Amino acid sequence: MSFIADTVLTEPSAMLDLGAAPRGFRGRIRGLRAFASGGLPAEELERRLLELGFVEGAEVELLHQGLFGRDPIAIRVDSATIALRRREAAAVLVEPI
Amino acid sequence: MNEMSAGLRDLRIALVGNPNCGKTALFNTLTGSRQRVANYPGVTVERKEGSFLSPGGRRVQLLDLPGTYSLRARSPDEVVTRDVVLGQQAGVAPPDLLVCVADATNLRLGLRLILELKQAGRPLLVALNMFDIARHRGIEVDVERLSALLGLPVVTTVAVRRGGTEALLAAIDAQAPASEAEAAWSAPDATGLRILQREADRILAAVVRVPDRRDAVTRRLDAVLLHPAAGLVILLMVLFLMFQAVFAWAQPAMDLIDTGFQALGAAVGGLLPQEGAAGLLRSFLQDGLIAGVGSVLVFLPQILVLFLFILLLEDFGYMARAAFLMDRIMGGAGLHGRAFIPLLSSFACAIPGIMSTRVIDSRRDRLATILVAPLMTCSARIPVYTLIIGAFVPDQPVGEGAWSWVGLQGLVMFGLYAAGILSALGMSFVFKRLLWRGQPTEPFMLELPDYKLPRLRNLALGLWQRAKAFLRRAGTIILSMMVVIWFLSSVPRPPEGATQPAIEYSFAYSIGQAVEPLLRPIGFNWQIGVALIPGMAAREVAVASLGTVYAVQDAEEDTAQLGQALAGRWSLATALAFLAWYVFAPQCVATLSVIRRETGGQRWMWFSFGYMLALAYVAALATYQGARALGLG
Repeated sequence: MSFIADTVLTEPSAMLDLGAAPRGFRGRIRGLRAFASGGLPAEELERRLLELGFVEGAEVELLHQGLFGRDPIAIRVDSATIALRRREAAAVLVEPI
Repeated sequence: MNEMSAGLRDLRIALVGNPNCGKTALFNTLTGSRQRVANYPGVTVERKEGSFLSPGGRRVQLLDLPGTYSLRARSPDEVVTRDVVLGQQAGVAPPDLLVCVADATNLRLGLRLILELKQAGRPLLVALNMFDIARHRGIEVDVERLSALLGLPVVTTVAVRRGGTEALLAAIDAQAPASEAEAAWSAPDATGLRILQREADRILAAVVRVPDRRDAVTRRLDAVLLHPAAGLVILLMVLFLMFQAVFAWAQPAMDLIDTGFQALGAAVGGLLPQEGAAGLLRSFLQDGLIAGVGSVLVFLPQILVLFLFILLLEDFGYMARAAFLMDRIMGGAGLHGRAFIPLLSSFACAIPGIMSTRVIDSRRDRLATILVAPLMTCSARIPVYTLIIGAFVPDQPVGEGAWSWVGLQGLVMFGLYAAGILSALGMSFVFKRLLWRGQPTEPFMLELPDYKLPRLRNLALGLWQRAKAFLRRAGTIILSMMVVIWFLSSVPRPPEGATQPAIEYSFAYSIGQAVEPLLRPIGFNWQIGVALIPGMAAREVAVASLGTVYAVQDAEEDTAQLGQALAGRWSLATALAFLAWYVFAPQCVATLSVIRRETGGQRWMWFSFGYMLALAYVAALATYQGARALGLG
């Protein structure tokens, strides 16, 4: 954890995507980088993430993950807990706090 | 609209809100048992409507709209919500007032929806629900400030407590007649959504103080229930407990109903003579009507226990967790994680299961779920399974000591359910490979609500609605099928001086004889052949039909002893083949018609009928021939 935080302090480009975050990760959303996924166009994936509260500035915490391939994951976004797969979570860019 | 007409007619109010905001609990509290469940014209979205009298003496028609995160309407359910809100739904007059229900403990997403609704320009009232939980958790909401910032009236509600809706009712009475402002709304793009959410967050920061962001109980429970390994084990245990309970808890009530119908049949039988036209009437009442209805009604307790579990898990907030735990496993079979809830509902009945696939947005994922949902063991199969297991599987524990609490009968039942689940997963895997090669599964995104203690009142209302639906079925489809079966197996009457049993002169015997060659390879006799045909109308009718056929055959015997009669007449191989048949048996007519409606055509209906019939025949054939090879024939 501290290693990642240090890297971020020295190197602002070290933002990571939420899909790659470990369990227990805490961070703040810096941006959405949507892509076409699961038959949805990029724009639609972005809107769905926004509707579930994944908006720039929101605090996130990776609470739980599944047994197989550490997937899906449960993310705390402010006052709500949202389950999604790592594949789509990769569209959410976060910065550790 | 002028004030005169507004004073005369009922006030129309619609409840809107996110999923899990307690909207339905609020609806139940306001309307009590004065509810109607129907469909919107042309679509199969459930329309829940109720009425109540406000304290000010105004009659209110209340509509409970499907939960949604936005008016963007991606699924058929959400389309209805949008169209009603905008006053564009055919057959539904525009509501005079929208009550937007928001979870006070999780205001963020609800607030964005409120801002979106406000843009639509309809008269709006905000109800901050679960306000007691919010206060208990130390969440402070400045309601007046919120109302000022939103420019909307805001009340607090506690749907599950007496008096918890007083403020809402007062606000409804204070509601001025609705203005007929044009609803101007267009779907927001990503930028629009961002702006709305930012504004919601700005308002939140100004009016809400949250000491601890997560509910402590939910956090502790999730640490166990969502644990990667332990969570799955617990899910399996919950399902296993559910099936054990269906058998054990329902037994006393079932015995009571059984005894009651036996006594009724005997009493009616004693009133009428055996011979002549009165004898035919006696046979109709005793063997057709009372035995038939009794043999189906006896399963009401089991169906209620099953629904009790499903409602409990739903209200508790566990269903979404189960979908989370199962997502990867279901994904391996080509199903969407959200398909878990429709499939679990299909354990009760495939019809609500298929209807609830509407939560799946992608058509392909939805179709896959619809096609395999009837393979899940619905409650209508319980009568069939119970009868055969009761007759052929000894009632004894599986083992000694630690295993003594596991009954062999319950274990076989669990095995049959497992066979249904595995075949559903297997078939969806096959469909994905054959029908939709290379098309990806839609993303899995689902809110996990905080755990809540289920409320007795909501459970009771839910169970009552299920019981009513079952009794209506028993009273209409099943009863009429029973009358037909009795007729076919009693007419024509045997000639004077007949030497064969009466049934061998009946139409049923001729029908059974005609289909028997087809059924011989799978070990079915002509009586089963007769029972299978009405079993298409409703699966549980098969049991009642067997009861009638055997009752008419042996006028002396008591129909309630059907299990014993079967044990004496069927080989174990036939019984097992019959069970295997019913794991896959083509679904009842009602399910087929729901498939036709939901998929928009006959094609998929015939497809699912055909593939299930083929599976049932192959499974019964393999079971029968296998069992005979093992010497059980």
